[in-house]
Amino acid sequence: MNPVQDLIKSLADKHGKNRENLLPILQGVVEQEKYLSEYSMIEIARELDLPAAEVFGTATFYSFLEHKKMGKYIIRVCKTITCSMKGKNQILHAIEDMLKVSIGETTPDGKFSLMQTNCLGWCHKAPAMLINNDIYTELTPEKVREILGEYMKRES
Amino acid sequence: MSEKINITINGMPVEVEQGKTILEAADQSGVIIPSLCYHKDLCVAGNCRVCVVEVVGQKRLSAACATPCEEGMEIRTNSLNVRNSRKHIIELLLSEHNADCTRCYKNGNCELQNLASEYKIMSQDFIPLAPQKKYTIDMFSPSIIKDNSKCIRCQRCVRTCAELQGVNALTVAFKGDEMKITTFFEKAMNDVVCTNCGQCINHCPTGALVERNYIEEVWEAIANPNLHVVVQTAPAVRVGLGEELGMQPGTRVTGKMVAALKRLGFDSVLDTDFTADLTIIEEGHELLSRLKKALVDKDKSVKLPMATSCSPGWIKYIEHMYPEYLENLSTCKSPQQMFGALVKTYYAKARKLSPDKIISVSIMPCTAKKFEANRPEMHDSGYRDVDYVLTTRELAIMIKQAGIDFYKLEDAKFDRLMGESSGAGVIFGATGGVMEAALRTVYAVVTGRDVPFENLDITPVRGMEGVREASIKIENPQPEWAFLDGVELRCAVAHGLVNAKKVMDDVAAGKSNFHFIEIMACPGGCLGGGGQPIPTSPEIRQKRAEAIYAEDAGMPIRKSHENPEILKIYEDFLIKPLGEKSHHLLHTHYVGRNRF
Amino acid sequence: MAFESYQLKRADFIFKNENDWEKILSRTLSRPPQEIINELMSSELKGRGGAGFPTGLKWKLTAEESASVKYVICNADEGEPGTFKDREILSLVPYKVLVAMAVCGYVIGAANGFIYLRGEYKYLVPELNKAIKEFEYYCKEINHNFNISIFLGSGAYICGEETALFDSMEGKRGEPRNKPPYPTSSGYMGKPTVINNVETLAHTFTIFKYGAKKFYDLGVQYSRGSKLFSVSGDTPKPGIYELELGMSLQDFVEEFGDGDTKAVQVGGASGFLVPRKKFAETAIGYKGKLTGISLPTGGSMMLFNSSRSMYNVLDNYLEFFKEESCGQCTPCRVGCQQLYSGIKAVKRGEKPAQYLDKLLKLTETMQLTAKCGLGQSVANSFSSIVENFREEMIY
Repeated sequence: MNPVQDLIKSLADKHGKNRENLLPILQGVVEQEKYLSEYSMIEIARELDLPAAEVFGTATFYSFLEHKKMGKYIIRVCKTITCSMKGKNQILHAIEDMLKVSIGETTPDGKFSLMQTNCLGWCHKAPAMLINNDIYTELTPEKVREILGEYMKRES
Repeated sequence: MSEKINITINGMPVEVEQGKTILEAADQSGVIIPSLCYHKDLCVAGNCRVCVVEVVGQKRLSAACATPCEEGMEIRTNSLNVRNSRKHIIELLLSEHNADCTRCYKNGNCELQNLASEYKIMSQDFIPLAPQKKYTIDMFSPSIIKDNSKCIRCQRCVRTCAELQGVNALTVAFKGDEMKITTFFEKAMNDVVCTNCGQCINHCPTGALVERNYIEEVWEAIANPNLHVVVQTAPAVRVGLGEELGMQPGTRVTGKMVAALKRLGFDSVLDTDFTADLTIIEEGHELLSRLKKALVDKDKSVKLPMATSCSPGWIKYIEHMYPEYLENLSTCKSPQQMFGALVKTYYAKARKLSPDKIISVSIMPCTAKKFEANRPEMHDSGYRDVDYVLTTRELAIMIKQAGIDFYKLEDAKFDRLMGESSGAGVIFGATGGVMEAALRTVYAVVTGRDVPFENLDITPVRGMEGVREASIKIENPQPEWAFLDGVELRCAVAHGLVNAKKVMDDVAAGKSNFHFIEIMACPGGCLGGGGQPIPTSPEIRQKRAEAIYAEDAGMPIRKSHENPEILKIYEDFLIKPLGEKSHHLLHTHYVGRNRF
Repeated sequence: MAFESYQLKRADFIFKNENDWEKILSRTLSRPPQEIINELMSSELKGRGGAGFPTGLKWKLTAEESASVKYVICNADEGEPGTFKDREILSLVPYKVLVAMAVCGYVIGAANGFIYLRGEYKYLVPELNKAIKEFEYYCKEINHNFNISIFLGSGAYICGEETALFDSMEGKRGEPRNKPPYPTSSGYMGKPTVINNVETLAHTFTIFKYGAKKFYDLGVQYSRGSKLFSVSGDTPKPGIYELELGMSLQDFVEEFGDGDTKAVQVGGASGFLVPRKKFAETAIGYKGKLTGISLPTGGSMMLFNSSRSMYNVLDNYLEFFKEESCGQCTPCRVGCQQLYSGIKAVKRGEKPAQYLDKLLKLTETMQLTAKCGLGQSVANSFSSIVENFREEMIY
């Protein structure tokens, strides 16, 4: 068995193999792999005895269950109203400048993916972004450069 | 009897059973509420919102298909609010739809077009959204064309694929403005678990899912004086074609159909029912030989139950879903493919034609047959056995194009050599029919007597129950079948692949003790096939089934083995059932495919 | 008395933490279920997620169901733009929510509870799980059998709609269901289910602790009690504030505005935009006010000053909705796209200004015919912005 199969098996053992366990399993794979490959979805379908198309249809409903290859760190900049009013575009530009990628792209080294997302629930501390599961608020271009600088130092 | 409640619809008092929806109540009282996502074969979705009505006292409108009636409800189906909203919704659907109707295959047979016409949507106020989306047309399948730009997202196809067929090739994916009906990872239909059954086409209200048509190719062949174009017609076509030409469901049009085909210019109009009879001989003997090996030789490798192999949707289904049970399938080709292989050998020889100058066309109630004819193994005549497969609907189009007034046609008879058939061949078109035909012959072969049913009507295998079971006890067999004395031949019949799944799961679990199972991919069998006239519903399929059995009852010969042309082909050409020629031309093999 | 006070009054219940949850829990569990329901009904607490269904009635209806398996679900899929109070409750006073869930389980006869937490708040999970562990430990000690687990969402606003949330928990696409049946009779896994917003549950704790009267005495007729408000936008003091219901928007703006407030979006992107000239006649509450208009709200208050283009605001909302609509029903799926493309076309001069009237008519259809509460309310912001700031849409 390969690592993805192992992962899916262990997730299915942990959460169960019923339909209502599908989301936690998809999330578990995304947590590890950052996205759901065709292969992962087939293996999940096999493990839960679900039609593969159902797995695909369910996964694509959820914005955080990516099905295209993603970087190790997924940056999600909030684009909803308050963040947009409070300078979300400057934040995006700062990130694009620094990482040399556009929205929806991944850096060639596979380390960062830049995405936009809908309301993160930090409107009073806008603008906000998530990097994987961690939240950063009251962003300024300087602050963003500092944060990304830290991430860049981490291993890819 | 469930409790009755009282409501009013447009001021008219209506008594209705508790639990009925507003749509059902309206239907029963002659009030038409337009709908799109609703279909009698499927669960309620309540998505399209075309069927909204006003319930007095409620702020918002209710979807008639999804709202149960309650005592005292006052319903208005045509108030100003309702009409304005409904018109808006139709306009919205049109704005998202590639409404280039004159260039659409479903032009004239589209539920959205009908609604637009009823509501006189004359202008395009809303912004056309279809051009903004990068829609693609999936034309990779030999059976089905899927055009997302025509899709209104009613999800009838998705529910059909899941609920009726248990295939789940189609799914709803993404959300919001990107929500669409697609397959796993948006692959081509040809590359996923699709069985090509075409039930999605039968249930699609628009032109988003249509059959891949071969009408022009057939016209060209007919027009070519160097080609001899043979056509075969499947049993279910004769009880469906009339609907497509304006007749009531259940109208039998065999003679008119033959006459029309002759007028279209086919050189020879023959009958798939002939090879249906031939299938019975081959498959019946295959069953007996399996039983003999299992009961006399105690050969453990013999696979039972034996399953029928006439339905190419079922074949592709089992290849995907139960590849480990392919040996349970009868090796008999479907009647279409037996016919194709014989046309370019037996028929060609008898008529002194060069097989490479023969084009063999079949008219089928089925879209999976298009895929089947395209299978690489279907070249046993040395040529492609069946060149073009047309659905019942395509034939109707050709008849209209040719300017034939179908109503006024005099009945005509099939041409000879492979044109004669028995009632047993006819009932292949209904679920249970292959089983009934096989039992009529097998019982007679084994005992020398007719099956012990009045008028040869084996009623236990008839009907529309999803899975039906029957058994016949064999007594006083002919000496060579003595080993079957006292054996109870146990059979099962299933139609609709979701019911095939039930039967196969039992087989897989070792819970099945049947000897022989008949499975048809489509609800009702071929008469409800994916190539049959649209619309379909349980009532329509019932009418077609009645027509099939009436056709059978009116035939002079009712048993396959008594068809004189069958006797003749064994005498002149095949020599014996399961013989070398049969093996080469009439039997086939299957391939395991991926389930995921 | 003709009018009750519409003044802004602060309250301090939700975040006041006296570390007495064990006491409140065991005390409440010793009362008969019917008494607890009566207490909630007399408090007139209504759902704080935005829809405003009476909480006591919801519990009562579910308690009356005869099923042997029932569920309690805490809706923490806080996704409405401009709303962030539930996150704060779960971070600061999670025990209040857990107590409320356990009491609810006791009242309706459910042994299992779930917190459906939006994926965007995943960082709350470790602390929340710690709280749940401690909570369950205490429950065992007092011999009360109730389990709570977290179910994480994955980025889908519509899952905040209760039936979509059930489908999501069942491993499906989070699409709202046809109603009836309602969750009280057929919710998660087809079982009777109480689903309450985080804040609603936290308020029940206040009621269990102080009694219904204390809560009822806050607010105004039809809109009793206090409510958390998520304040953001052009304000010198963005944040979360607990205020009594029934205040006038004028008072609110005087307290939170920056002196130049042009409009306030009440109730998030699916709520209404109120222009300056209507501040005085607008009260924040559920319904049945004696004067002026009143607005139900999940508590999102976004302020806009005169530097903001209402066109840009609306454009931002509509982009949000066209992406976050589940997409199943026609009026919401296509309607959102038409509104979104429509205002752009008018702005660019590709459609005449009168096209806005056609779109306003469309919003009426969306309100009348959409399948779920979201679809019915997405057009609110469109109609309130276009009606009040029509020039900004055109020029």
